Amino acid sequence: MWEKKPILLLVLATAAIMVGTTVTMIVPFMSVNTDADKIASVKPYTPIQQEGRDLYIREGCNNCHTQTVRPLVSEVLRYGEYSKSGEFVYDRPFLWGSKRTGPDLARVGGKYPDAWHYKHMDSPRAMIPGSNMPDYGWYKKNPLDPKMIQRKMEVLGFPYTTEQISALADKNEMDAIVAYLQKLGSDIPWRKAAKTTIVGELKNPFVGNKSAIEAGEELFENNCEACHGENLEGGIGPELTDIDMDDSDLYQIIYNGIDDGGMPAFGSLGTNKVWQLVNFLKSGDSD
Amino acid sequence: MEKPQYNTDIVKSFVHWSVLWGLVAVLVGVIVSIQMTNPEMNFPPYLTFGRLRPIHTNAGIFGWGVGVIFATFFYIVQRLCKVRLWSDKLAKFQLYFFNTTITASAVTLILGFTTSKEYHEMEWPIDLMIIILWVTFAINIIMTIIKRKEEQMYISLWYMLAAIVGVAILFLVNSAAVPVSFFKSYSAFAGTNDANVQWWFGHNAVAMVLTAPPLAMFYYFLPKSTGVPIYSHKISIISFWSLIFMYLWTGAHHLLWTPVPDWIQTLAMAFSIMLIAPSWGSVINGYLSMKGQWHQMRENYLVKFLILGITFYGLQTLQGPMQSIRSFSAFIHFTDWVPAHIHMGTMGWVSMVCFASIYFLVPRIYGKELYSIRLANLHFWLALTGQLLWSISLWIAGVLQAGMWNAMNPDGSLTYTFMETMVEMYPYWWVRTIGGTLFMLGVIVFIYNLFKTAHNGEKTASLAATAEGRA
Repeated sequence: MWEKKPILLLVLATAAIMVGTTVTMIVPFMSVNTDADKIASVKPYTPIQQEGRDLYIREGCNNCHTQTVRPLVSEVLRYGEYSKSGEFVYDRPFLWGSKRTGPDLARVGGKYPDAWHYKHMDSPRAMIPGSNMPDYGWYKKNPLDPKMIQRKMEVLGFPYTTEQISALADKNEMDAIVAYLQKLGSDIPWRKAAKTTIVGELKNPFVGNKSAIEAGEELFENNCEACHGENLEGGIGPELTDIDMDDSDLYQIIYNGIDDGGMPAFGSLGTNKVWQLVNFLKSGDSD
Repeated sequence: MEKPQYNTDIVKSFVHWSVLWGLVAVLVGVIVSIQMTNPEMNFPPYLTFGRLRPIHTNAGIFGWGVGVIFATFFYIVQRLCKVRLWSDKLAKFQLYFFNTTITASAVTLILGFTTSKEYHEMEWPIDLMIIILWVTFAINIIMTIIKRKEEQMYISLWYMLAAIVGVAILFLVNSAAVPVSFFKSYSAFAGTNDANVQWWFGHNAVAMVLTAPPLAMFYYFLPKSTGVPIYSHKISIISFWSLIFMYLWTGAHHLLWTPVPDWIQTLAMAFSIMLIAPSWGSVINGYLSMKGQWHQMRENYLVKFLILGITFYGLQTLQGPMQSIRSFSAFIHFTDWVPAHIHMGTMGWVSMVCFASIYFLVPRIYGKELYSIRLANLHFWLALTGQLLWSISLWIAGVLQAGMWNAMNPDGSLTYTFMETMVEMYPYWWVRTIGGTLFMLGVIVFIYNLFKTAHNGEKTASLAATAEGRA
């Protein structure tokens, strides 16, 4: 019968479409982003962070970077604590992405110091050899538009102060994107919670082992050189030519990072590789 | 009975513009694939990967896909209803407005005006244009069907009507946003809700734009090309209704392991598996319609495009549900496997059926035999090898990358840093660029063949009646 009645077919098709739509798209509004879903420490974006987020959208960063850490062992080890619904309640639109050409950024906030981001955005390959990310150094030439940003904050209903808005006048797009990246995923204190406490005595397993030093040197080139310099002369991070420190203390720093100092944790490299780095750094051989 | 005079001019125009947008889509596709291997090929601020990739996807889906849908549906609907299109003027307006909308989309995307939502990147003023466009199209199709002279509606018309309402519902909900200025808006939904709405839209755009309409074309042009009817009416009824019912439950399979509530993910996974049945209903119906006609695979280039197309549809609708399983998704999601999956669907299924439909149409709207069947065959092989190179290279890349992301040392640490996994992708990305280039060459051969058909040769008596809209 419906094969002879187009209006009836339209009505029936709409009904068929609306069943799954109602259950999986409309009903979830009752439980998602409710008060129970919220996390108290998660705060709305500040004006400069929100502007950075809008720049992230404008450049289509989400085409290559995801922003959601899945509750899988390898993912939590690589990026940090898995993502919670309450962390995204101020995200319009969501930016979880669907392709990881570059790494996930959900927990990048606080991982590196600001200086790292400025250098990396300017020239990604200067910091990470082999990267295929385009250069965004041209961001520095573009000033921000405080009036527009204020309007955006009003539309979003986010709190802001007039000082925050007037401070935008001397900032550029690079400042905004870095401010945004540094906020990502850092509203919950996951770094402290994820910190590994090493129990028992730490003993260098490679004392006097030449191949461990060589392996450590290669690890240094790939993971540390961008901040500490080709010849350990320092840069974004301190000079490392003459380290006066116990092997075990150095191991702890590399393994866990330094929260306030901007040193990322390299524990995900594994015990052996961290010890190899320790041996290279203590070998005083930087050529 | 007086014969109706069909409108063929509008079909002609939509064919012209859709193949042009198709060429733009593959050209930009090849450019962005080169940018993946050669970052120095980004020219900021306008010509960067992040801004060009949405132009590739939107030109492909809306310029090429929807353009061909407009062309073929206007052709099919008149013949299945045995009446002229309800309004020529409205159709003409739709043509101009379609090209204006696609051009405006490309320009605004390159300028960085984007919502970031995949396959829905255009900002709100263009959303409004798309809504006007779709309503115009819907009115013309529905009114033509209402005043039809043929009581029974053929399968293709069911899929058309379902696609018309489906796209309308999806697009309207996912467009909801609060404008800040003419070029910037914020989504009406936040965070997890926004994600869930977006992938309900995203996955069902695949259903309502890249599945139902190509099926409508397939069900019309396969019997027209082979000369034998569809094998089973019953199978087409069952697969039609179960397809449009089940599809809408599956969007969250794009969001497995994310903060979206588990029960939505589980439903999406279950319904994705169930979707194999209606999808394969159409595949089997297509295959069985070839009973006794398989020799046409050698003799009839149209059949080759159509049967390869439905075969890739079959593979696509097996691979898709497989990826929707939680454990498999944990491994493969976010890797290069996924674009390989999408491109089997778009290059293997949708484009193959679109090529066949246009090859069928063009001689009939110009009243001339196709300029060269040899070139059409060359196009077929370029499209097929291009697509296979594209997809196979990135399936391998995806498995390799997923394996490396998950590899762990005996002490429980990760074996590879992210960069160690990424640099392994470069050779596969190169093969992908080669595959895409072959596919693009195929499209150029296709357009050349169409152009020569239109401009060379004499009209053939057997095709003249169709060209004048009398058959």
